[in-house]
Amino acid sequence: MRARRGFIERSIADITATLEKAIFSEELARKEGLLQNLDPRMKVITFLALLLAVSLSQGLLIIVALYFLTLLLAWRSRIPLGFFIKRVWLFMPFFTGMVALPALFNIFTPGEPIVTLWQTERFHLAITIQGLRTATFLVLRVGVSVSLALLSVLTTPWATLLKALHILRLPQVFILILGMAYRYAFLLLHTANSMFLARQSRTVGQMPGGENRRWIAASASTLLAKSYHLSQEVYLAMLSRGFRGEAQMLDTFRLKPSDWLWGATLLALALLAVLM
Amino acid sequence: MHIPDGYLSPASCAVMYAAATPFWYRASRKVKRVLTARMVPLIALFAAFSFVIMMFNIPLPGGTTGHAVGSTLVAIILGPWAAVIAISVALAIQALFFGDGGVLAFGANCFNMAVVMPFVGYYIYHWISGRSELTSLRRPIGAAVAGYVALTIAALFTAVELGLQPYLFRAADGTPLYAPYGLSVAIPAMMGPHLLVASVVEALVTGSIISYLQRVNQPLLMLTTELPAEARERAVASPRARILWVGLAILILLAPLGLLAPGTAWGEWGGEELRELGLGFIPEGLERLGGIWPAPIPDYEVPGLNANLGYILSAVVGIVLVSLVTWLVSRIVVRQSTKI
Repeated sequence: MRARRGFIERSIADITATLEKAIFSEELARKEGLLQNLDPRMKVITFLALLLAVSLSQGLLIIVALYFLTLLLAWRSRIPLGFFIKRVWLFMPFFTGMVALPALFNIFTPGEPIVTLWQTERFHLAITIQGLRTATFLVLRVGVSVSLALLSVLTTPWATLLKALHILRLPQVFILILGMAYRYAFLLLHTANSMFLARQSRTVGQMPGGENRRWIAASASTLLAKSYHLSQEVYLAMLSRGFRGEAQMLDTFRLKPSDWLWGATLLALALLAVLM
Repeated sequence: MHIPDGYLSPASCAVMYAAATPFWYRASRKVKRVLTARMVPLIALFAAFSFVIMMFNIPLPGGTTGHAVGSTLVAIILGPWAAVIAISVALAIQALFFGDGGVLAFGANCFNMAVVMPFVGYYIYHWISGRSELTSLRRPIGAAVAGYVALTIAALFTAVELGLQPYLFRAADGTPLYAPYGLSVAIPAMMGPHLLVASVVEALVTGSIISYLQRVNQPLLMLTTELPAEARERAVASPRARILWVGLAILILLAPLGLLAPGTAWGEWGGEELRELGLGFIPEGLERLGGIWPAPIPDYEVPGLNANLGYILSAVVGIVLVSLVTWLVSRIVVRQSTKI
């Protein structure tokens, strides 16, 4: 019988990877670098503009140029480039790559053929120029957009990012909930991880599938009940500290001249990319 | 299911943000009216829970594993409006901090998983479980069916959003600029794996958790009934309104009948058709202005799709748009009249 990673091991691996990612990005966000020093509100606006530029641009080379800009920013922000490139592109072939692959061929994207792979009287299989372009567009757009989003998160501690979201006119209550949910997500992740570990350490051999499903339903329900219970306690704790249902946020951001300079430069580049 | 940035055009992203916004607005109003202070940690914890549950690998019969979304479960326990906020927050954490789902596509992802899914799931659950006892078998069955149908419909919405891209956004040489596959490819490609695997996982998780709670923690199943009546949304406004919706659904299904009728609706001729009708001259203004407004779905035909399906789809798109606008206008009018 071949050894297979069971659902417990996979869940533990997924949860641990998430925790690791979060800790690693907090570490990077506290380094001294270009983007770390940029005002978070300016960062939110410029990165949204750059994301829009990647989405709006109709030139492949322009999207590539925007990627090099992203790499440059990452380098100046002391993000390890190998890690930054790998994190985005390593799994790209398995997800968007798989989606984009069939689009290369004339079956899905009719157009001028550049490479004919199979030609009989009734059947013709070829890679078309249009197909090649559309697949490249998709892969590049997704890759560069993910890189941009990743870069903004890697260079901003999440508490600061949340505060900066306020300028997008999101309601305070929504930001408050987002912040609390993020914090408690880690607590629940740890709890879930312990549940899986405890189960794994008590399991010898293979369990029947039905038993596994019953167990996972029970642990998910327990986690649900814990979340509810915790929410009651958190509410009481908030109440005893004077919470009246209104969210107030301390806003201590100050825009420096360098923020204006970088913000204007990045916005101009984004605009240029769209117009070109 | 999580659409990354790059698959949808910015215009489509804007449309999906616009579609999700009234739900966010209404949900925050509703939550605010009901026990603001208590709802804040409750929704936050449930958002955290749905974030974590999306990471559980569920063992499936046959040895594979899959992930659940959990929107239906949260909707059953908290009610659909609170679920809209909780799931949106979970999706925001995924998109912002873990790059799962795009930032521009956040509106679309929220519409599919945080609006469509909780509402469909919630109403199906209540439709099947009805006024049955808390321990009745109808509840876990209702939950499982609700989970299955809700995720499948959410996947259908995702497929339609992706599948519309190549019809709307192409470069001059015919290159699709965003998601490259039309509806005839996108819908089967999304629906197949969902009908067979993902929705099964959702059904399993939702049904078995409700069944477990029946045995162990019944108060959690009564959470929505504890909240003041305002927080509970009745199935559809009234029995009369329900008849209207059923009628609308029948009309949609009958829409392809229009294909049987020859010719064009009386008085809706274009320049070409006037010429065919034997009109000697075409008014100059008609000739000039005829092409000024290219319809998004000309002749109600969606290219690459069977004519009947295309007709039905056009009907659904149209009705959703009209209902949305009507609802928004009525909200604005009602609010203004109550101010006076």
